[in-house]
Amino acid sequence: MAFKHKDLLSLRDVEREEIEMILSTAASMRPLLDSPTKKTAHLQGKSIVTLFYENSTRTRMSFELASKYMGAAAANISASASSVQKGETLLDTGRTLDRMGTDVIIIRHPMSGAPHLLAQHVNAAVINAGDGINEHPTQALLDMFTIKRHKGHLDGLKVAIVGDVLHSRVARSNVFGLHTMGAEVVLCAPPTLMPAQMEELGVKTYTRVEEAVEGADVVMGLRIQRERQEEGNFPSLREYADFFGINEARLKYAKPDALIMHPGPINRGVEITSDAADSDASVINEQVTSGVAVRMALLYLLTRKGVQNA
Amino acid sequence: MKLLVKNGIVPGRGACDVLISDGIIEEVAPGISASDAEVVDAHGLYVLPGMVDLHCHLRDPGLEYKEDIVSGTRAAAAGGFTSVCCMANTEPVNDNAVVTSYIIHKAETEGSGVHVYPIGAVSKGLKGENMAEIGEMARAGIVAISDDGKPVMNAQLMRRAMEYGAAFGMTVFDHCEDIHLVNKGVMNEGYNSTLFGLRGITRAAEEVQIARDAILAETLDLPIHICHVSTAGGVRIIREAKARGVKITAETAPHYLAGTDDMVGSYNAVTKVNPPLRLEEDQEALIEGLRDGTIDAIATDHAPHHRDEKEVEYNLALSGISGFETAFALGMETLVHGHHMPLEDYVKLVSTNPARILKKNCGEIAPGRDADFLLADPNEEWCIDKNKFLSKGKNTPFHGTMVHGRVKATFVGGKCIYRDGQDEK
Repeated sequence: MAFKHKDLLSLRDVEREEIEMILSTAASMRPLLDSPTKKTAHLQGKSIVTLFYENSTRTRMSFELASKYMGAAAANISASASSVQKGETLLDTGRTLDRMGTDVIIIRHPMSGAPHLLAQHVNAAVINAGDGINEHPTQALLDMFTIKRHKGHLDGLKVAIVGDVLHSRVARSNVFGLHTMGAEVVLCAPPTLMPAQMEELGVKTYTRVEEAVEGADVVMGLRIQRERQEEGNFPSLREYADFFGINEARLKYAKPDALIMHPGPINRGVEITSDAADSDASVINEQVTSGVAVRMALLYLLTRKGVQNA
Repeated sequence: MKLLVKNGIVPGRGACDVLISDGIIEEVAPGISASDAEVVDAHGLYVLPGMVDLHCHLRDPGLEYKEDIVSGTRAAAAGGFTSVCCMANTEPVNDNAVVTSYIIHKAETEGSGVHVYPIGAVSKGLKGENMAEIGEMARAGIVAISDDGKPVMNAQLMRRAMEYGAAFGMTVFDHCEDIHLVNKGVMNEGYNSTLFGLRGITRAAEEVQIARDAILAETLDLPIHICHVSTAGGVRIIREAKARGVKITAETAPHYLAGTDDMVGSYNAVTKVNPPLRLEEDQEALIEGLRDGTIDAIATDHAPHHRDEKEVEYNLALSGISGFETAFALGMETLVHGHHMPLEDYVKLVSTNPARILKKNCGEIAPGRDADFLLADPNEEWCIDKNKFLSKGKNTPFHGTMVHGRVKATFVGGKCIYRDGQDEK
């Protein structure tokens, strides 16, 4: 079986077998990251570009290292947010990269749907590394990989995601992916940070963290960006932490062996306390390692498909 | 100079000939003979009053790369329109008599023959602060006032414009959207905005503004016209206001009848429009509103844009749909074919009612009316092809859609200004 898609834009249309293939491929890549010589030839002769219209350290580095560990030629383009508005259009940039023989374009963009637009106009495989408030599929894949490593399976697990769901591409991709894999997802946010009709996606929503994390196998925090407070979604970071933050007292409602996760970067003391983030139950740092393995797997699967088609 | 349209069908009257003399309909009856008249054979076709568009954007002056008065009026003629009202958001803005006169002059000298009635701005520069020179623009020929594209957020400015405009017979055509509630939204807020990960615009953004306008119109006992109603709630507010005798009129647009926010899932910005495409239940409510007289007219909100303004990220794309050349068919498809609306009722929505709102002597195939009419085959099936548009704006989400109902020829003042196929030679 091969990965069916030319691109990875969304987890909405990725089937269970495909997710399983990505996760099992990632599992076979994972030991390499602990070995002294991190080198394979899976991507030899491939060129991979990260095209980032938003600041990012971990996601961009993760893709870049994944490419390099597997022998690809990797380059990155960082475009400032202002260049989205003026200067070269996304499609012109995309076509230019395409003509240079790029096999995979990894794009992060502040606007939802930008990777989809790009993918329709280039031959290269496009990976969505986060678009606006829409999706961040590789983050959800690495989250699933991490959970599976600890719990052995995803089926039947209860995953509580707490934070700014409205603006979170991480939450949205996790809802789609975890659902496909048979996990139960519950969401918790102040009503001003919960998308419309979210429950129609098959999730339960809460405004009280204690209720959301009740009996959860995984508790995942989401980053609160300061500008969300400035936009008037909640009165202050202090009040947010008070009512919606993840702390040790609230985690007592979850299962005793519940994992604590966060896509990073963390606002310590806002969406999660340092005690919770650094506790033994936390796999936040491990998520970063999983990210490299998952991205190696994905790059391999997408480019291998290209070879078969040629 | 006489014209005799033979063997056509006039809705409500059956097979009829139509005799035109000096641009005016003289007689509508079966078997007219007039030896001194030029004859047009309309066998198998319907003779309908030309469509009157209360709301379009011709982009001229200043934005001619999107559309100009020549291309826009040619597209309008091809769409079956004989009168169009163009909004004020040109560059410079039509907030003074000089721009008004320019538009009228250019339409008369270079246009396709379609009547062009400019709508003047409510506020200078569409800034929503100070009233534009409504009196001078009225003298130069505007037919209404609107800051369309930019809602009049300040209720006091709205009140003053309604009151002051009334002295010159000018009604405010209001684009209803509370910009604070829109809050950077790009599509209808609901299940699909959550699914697609795009910022939603609550329907309340449109409805609170319609309610405000209805209350102002009732309090002041002055007329108000609501542009492009797109929600079931908007229809309900207008229906209730009309029941109380408020002088409120309203339009909706073909794309709200034929499209829903499901179309946004492609992230193709040709689906981006303000107000945004809504849901099926909104379509049903709009159609009910058109049936029961709550919504008086269908207007295109023809909003041509350049390809470069649409082939970009959804958030960056400009809002609007090129509508002249699809309006007749989309209305026929959704209302006449889809909802069994009698053709004569459809004609009232696209022609008679808007003509009455503008107080123009057209919009009916009847003696004494202006001979602005079209010949149409209500059943002809065709595929919408944006590449065949005469409009410069190819931005339609209906490209490739099969529709029934086609405009075969358009006449203004008894003179043929468009004939189907004439541009394909």
